[in-house]
Amino acid sequence: MATMLEQAEVVTAGLVPDPMLPVPYRIQRVKQETDDTFTLEILPEDSSKGFSFAPGQFNMLYVFGVGEVPISVSSDPDDLPLLKHTTRVVGTVTKAMRQLKRGEIMGIRGPFGSHWPLEEATGRDVVIVAGGIGLAPLRPALYRLMAEREKSRKIVLLYGTRTPEDMLYRHELEQWRGKFDLEIQITVDRAASTWRGNVGVVTTMIPRAPFDPSNTFAMVCGPEVMMRFAVMEILRRGVAAERTYLSAERNMKCGVGFCGHCQYGPTFVCKDGPVFAFPRIAAILGKSEI
Amino acid sequence: MQTLRAMAAEPLHVGDSFVVEREHLEQLLQALIRRGYEVVGPTLREGAIVYDHLTSTEDVPSGWTDEQAGGKYRLKRHQDHALFGYVVGPHSWKRYLYPPLQRLWQAARNGKGLRILPEEERSSPKYAFFGVRACELNAIAIQDKVFLDGQFVDPGYKARRENLFLLAVNCGLAGGNCFCASMNSGPKATSGFDLALTELLQDGRHYFLVELGSARGAEILAVVPHQPANEADKQHAERILDDTTQHMGHQLDTRGIKELLYRNYEHPQWDNVTERCLSCANCTMVCPTCFCTTVEDVTDLTGEHAERWRRWDSCFTVDFSYIHGGSVRATSRSRYRQWMMHKLATWIDQFGVSGCVGCGRCITWCPVGIDITVEAGAIRESDSVKASADDSKDSP
Amino acid sequence: MIQTLEPILREHPFFHGMEEQHIRLIAGCSKNVRFETGHVIFHERDPADHFYLIREGLVAVQFVIPHDGLTTVQTVGGDEVLGWSWLFPPYRWHFDARAQQPTHALAFDGKCLRAKCEEDHDLGYEIYKRFMQIVTERLEATRLQLLDMYGNHA
Repeated sequence: MATMLEQAEVVTAGLVPDPMLPVPYRIQRVKQETDDTFTLEILPEDSSKGFSFAPGQFNMLYVFGVGEVPISVSSDPDDLPLLKHTTRVVGTVTKAMRQLKRGEIMGIRGPFGSHWPLEEATGRDVVIVAGGIGLAPLRPALYRLMAEREKSRKIVLLYGTRTPEDMLYRHELEQWRGKFDLEIQITVDRAASTWRGNVGVVTTMIPRAPFDPSNTFAMVCGPEVMMRFAVMEILRRGVAAERTYLSAERNMKCGVGFCGHCQYGPTFVCKDGPVFAFPRIAAILGKSEI
Repeated sequence: MQTLRAMAAEPLHVGDSFVVEREHLEQLLQALIRRGYEVVGPTLREGAIVYDHLTSTEDVPSGWTDEQAGGKYRLKRHQDHALFGYVVGPHSWKRYLYPPLQRLWQAARNGKGLRILPEEERSSPKYAFFGVRACELNAIAIQDKVFLDGQFVDPGYKARRENLFLLAVNCGLAGGNCFCASMNSGPKATSGFDLALTELLQDGRHYFLVELGSARGAEILAVVPHQPANEADKQHAERILDDTTQHMGHQLDTRGIKELLYRNYEHPQWDNVTERCLSCANCTMVCPTCFCTTVEDVTDLTGEHAERWRRWDSCFTVDFSYIHGGSVRATSRSRYRQWMMHKLATWIDQFGVSGCVGCGRCITWCPVGIDITVEAGAIRESDSVKASADDSKDSP
Repeated sequence: MIQTLEPILREHPFFHGMEEQHIRLIAGCSKNVRFETGHVIFHERDPADHFYLIREGLVAVQFVIPHDGLTTVQTVGGDEVLGWSWLFPPYRWHFDARAQQPTHALAFDGKCLRAKCEEDHDLGYEIYKRFMQIVTERLEATRLQLLDMYGNHA
């Protein structure tokens, strides 16, 4: 217990990397996806400072002088150092972001958060249920799954949006349908008479989707209410709760677990999430004002 | 001379206790200043005892005590000249370790390029906290878990924390709202300090029992007149601490508290407290463990120079949980619940310890005197599901 | 052929757990039907004397809205059941049903089955139990649609 008198400790200079410092990235392209959704394609200014990410993670995107928002990465994780982020215009920062042009510079921090556990797809059927812009955080997972297509068995994507005009990545979806052994079913909540496809919430496609519940890995992303009901249908079919994953969303100011804003019950969405295995949040999912 | 011999010859072992006379305490403080510490400690200002810059022990409010109750704080003169005859005021040490306003970086946009200039970590002074209570030591240890032990480390906090000298003071009396004994965080400082003092006044003698907590503490003690403590001194100090423990302002039964709260998200007590809670956020401002902040990005008029600032925030604000055009916690009920659930329950899952150190500040500084121990007690009293014997366990 | 439809019914989840004699009876009231794309299977306010089990294809549940034309609120696809209005007075359809693709279905004589349910309450219970399930599922799905959850307030 007792220690001898020692020399005063020498305080070393802080060698701690600062998680609040953004890395400069330059805009390559701003692509309008739907009338309120767009995708930014960016490259690091200094290629040695670019970073990778795992599907499901997010970055904090800074618009100079305006502010910062968390946005899931929606690019191909094997297409680095390019990063793509798809977002809706919902507030001051995203509105300013939409006005940015090719060649302009932004600050990026990341990658943060948990990721889709794609190793669960090995030897299993994979069912992916996406709603609206929820397809964006799932796209990197789809890229990976297709890059390693032989590892999984059936892959089924169920995608629902409000209207056909709100669909993301339509061309890409068509390409995937043709090129890979991938079942894609699309539905909309409402459509004009010219729409000849499915109409109805995406959850209604789950009961008859072609996957074997006893050996399935499920990923769900979209509005919270849609995720709740989708998970209910998935579990009703007999998929294991611990192999069913969702991506949650909460207000974030720092992305690194310091500001406290993203707390969701006992979890921090920025570090315990945004991807959660269903059992972890089962008790609070759907509870009011948590 | 006895004291000189003690200074010159004996090695100082961590864990040993010594005695320093009141008149020599000034030398201790000056030793800290000479070593380049900015000494911060209790001072009296605007009717409250707050932590501020100290140049001498004259700045410390001797002969004062505080009377605290729900929504009440008054200072009163004390008969003796105790230097630390009060407990804690509205300030906590987080003001210095994690300041209310921090600039995180500056950025300059020149042409098409972007340059980020981080803050110099060494721009914060080297602090010596003079008069840290046991509950506060625990609060600092808890904030260490938040800012130092996770996947990400806050460099500013780390720098301020590494250079910190902690002079603790064991409470000679319990405050009206204190319940550190319930939270296992006091009244005795057991670890995490460089020096821990217990103030002793007996038969006209005014002196301090000093427990040595670290090599850093020994370095300071070495240049101050001191003697080894004898059994009588130690027992005197023990008696005072026992007395303090017996006279806590409140109790909080922490057995199985996490599970208790988790199964009572819809307890009627939340509606009850909502009728009183103003969502004023005082409790979060004074709480020594509350750490929530927000980030503000600002720019100058030219738009070429930007700064990012971090500022204290509170989960009681309506837009704390704002997302997609609305707040998740839109009602004051849900926000009070969030605060209390976090403090007493989810904190345990997040950091392995309770978020509450029983300092009682939230009770004192709540304008309507909401008492967290009473609220928790009311929920336990009419628990929706009675716990089985297995669920009852001591707090972690 | 009437006999060939029994195995189909027996295998279909909708009829799981039904007794043999009930399945035979229902099979006796059913037949194969085909609809070309665009074919209107029934109109709003037509007498509802049938229900359909879609084998393959897609049927749109539609409303005629004066300025908007035809609005599809829901589609019914393979292995799903279309129509419960035959079970409840006034036994009339509440919407148009139009085939969006070449559709192959089993059509059931609802008028005949209604009478049989009155005679044999056990059969009636089994039929109503299953249709209630369909109705609640559709109601839940419709409520989710109503929430308009993809909007900015999602």
